[in-house]
Amino acid sequence: MSMILGVPVAVLFGQLLLGLINGAFYALLSLGLAVIFGLLKIINFAHGALYMLGAMATVILFDTLGISYWAALFVAPILVGCVGVAIEYFLLRKIAGQDHIYSLLLTFGVALIIQGVLTNMYGVSGLRYSMPDVFKGGMNLGFMFLPYYRAWVIVIALLVCFGTWFMIEKTKLGAYLRAGTEDSQLMQGFGINVPLLVSLTYGFGVMLAAFAGALAAPIYSVTPVMGSHILIVVFAVVVIGGMGSIAGAIITGVLMGVVEGLTKTFYPPASSAVIFLVMVVVLFVRPSGLFGKEA
Amino acid sequence: MSNSVNPADIHKTMLDQQKSEHRRRLILNLVLLALLMVAPMVMYPVFLMKILCFALFAVAFNLLLGFTGLLSFGHAAFLASGAYTTGYLLTTFSGLSTELGIIAGTLVATLLGLGFALVAIRRQGIYFAMITLALSQLVFFFFVQSSFTGGEDGLHGIPRGQFLGLIDLNDNLNMYYFVLAVFLAGYLLVQRIVDSPYGQVLKAIKQNEPRAISLGYNVNRYKIIAFVISAGLAGLAGSMKTVVFQLASLNDAHWHMSGEVILMTLLGGTGTLLGPVVGAAFVVNLEYQLSQGPLADWVDAILGTIFVLTVLMFQSGIVGQVQKFMKKNIG
Repeated sequence: MSMILGVPVAVLFGQLLLGLINGAFYALLSLGLAVIFGLLKIINFAHGALYMLGAMATVILFDTLGISYWAALFVAPILVGCVGVAIEYFLLRKIAGQDHIYSLLLTFGVALIIQGVLTNMYGVSGLRYSMPDVFKGGMNLGFMFLPYYRAWVIVIALLVCFGTWFMIEKTKLGAYLRAGTEDSQLMQGFGINVPLLVSLTYGFGVMLAAFAGALAAPIYSVTPVMGSHILIVVFAVVVIGGMGSIAGAIITGVLMGVVEGLTKTFYPPASSAVIFLVMVVVLFVRPSGLFGKEA
Repeated sequence: MSNSVNPADIHKTMLDQQKSEHRRRLILNLVLLALLMVAPMVMYPVFLMKILCFALFAVAFNLLLGFTGLLSFGHAAFLASGAYTTGYLLTTFSGLSTELGIIAGTLVATLLGLGFALVAIRRQGIYFAMITLALSQLVFFFFVQSSFTGGEDGLHGIPRGQFLGLIDLNDNLNMYYFVLAVFLAGYLLVQRIVDSPYGQVLKAIKQNEPRAISLGYNVNRYKIIAFVISAGLAGLAGSMKTVVFQLASLNDAHWHMSGEVILMTLLGGTGTLLGPVVGAAFVVNLEYQLSQGPLADWVDAILGTIFVLTVLMFQSGIVGQVQKFMKKNIG
């Protein structure tokens, strides 16, 4: 068997694939954070909890109502998106315009509530979700084995990321959004319903998180605490990429997943720390982040 | 020019106000001290010590959030590094006097704080919070993987030992007065810092950083020093907690702990000296009461709800509200 730097090729590609999948999740989550940050200027600390809610919803919808995986990919994000809109409308709106620290703390409180309630209802050991039959198995690419589901996750996650980028950068709705980011008062003056736009933006960012959760349900263990660790990693990803650009958030997310995968291949003990270490280095070399505009 | 005000008069009134405020604060501090002195006669000393340790932790945290305007989401790392260092040293080197273990824990946390500060200072506002959170997660992984921390099990049966080789700390009352003395030292240090010219600059940074820069202050240096002091005191709190409970665990290092100290400070009143103490007492007590009752499993959700309500309805916290009320009704 051929080796690269003392590592079998199949192992290397296997870890790269896992890295790409993690990267796809980082990309979806940091994209959602960036979309929300753009218009609301807040860091959504509840993002991890809402990602978890998306995964839990997918499992619970199947167990109780028999809703299939394919339907859940739409239903779960919509349901969780509604939760998001409610959070924005009933809570975040009340403290709009105050120091951003408060919105961060508010969403942190919301995350504790969601996580606490679900832990009570379902315990921390997690729920089981069986993969749809279509995705069972995989194909042999010669140098590695590619499970179908993992291939699907990468493709669909990148498609959704690209779709979001396209919507924000190339459509009229996206233009409103970007204009709102620049000067929301002026937008209001032009007759755009900015409060509605804010609600929908938050809801959309939350939907991206829930969609990631639904995608994660068949491959990760679905537990009420699954969101908290990944959120911290995604925060580091966001610091590395800077929140200046949509494309930047996506690229950094995928890149960091790959870096993590490579570390797992060559020096496993550092794999859970590597993204944080990259963050430290980036902060010294380029404090505003790889794609950041602001200081 | 009959309406003109003499600047000297203004200065005098301000000084008078400050003087009366200081006098009021002195009386309040003395009353509290008296209460804390007699408290172990009526309450369980270990419970009181828990409150004092967390109060010191929150007071340290408030030096940053309340007086410098920096939100650290990684203070658990300092609490835990103090706790683990002290716990490891006291377990490994039997015969090491307790205060040396505590000093070592404080020093390690201080150095770690310097490391955090040098990295996090490069960004501001919410980025600062995210960076400190990420760094503390890094520290968490380090503690999980290291052998000296006992991994998931933590450190148990850490000897309390003797203070200066003279006073037996295994006696709960002795231990209590030791913890009280350390808490008071930390509290008075923060009070002294806040009152000093250095503390005034910190407040200026909090209120208007660009102006502080334009006045020629090296803002980053002030922030770093504040962060390091805060981290050191948080480490001291962790070390004390380890000696009191004779254990150190991953709970101390978890991000949850960083959230808890924020809640204590926010709920008690940011930017007030007494606020974090009141907040810590409230949260520790609440958690204890809940753990005894039918709502034991709902602690997280309830803490989250308090978080949300505090942010939405009274951001000045308990002490802040009381101060407002006093100002309005007593003058």
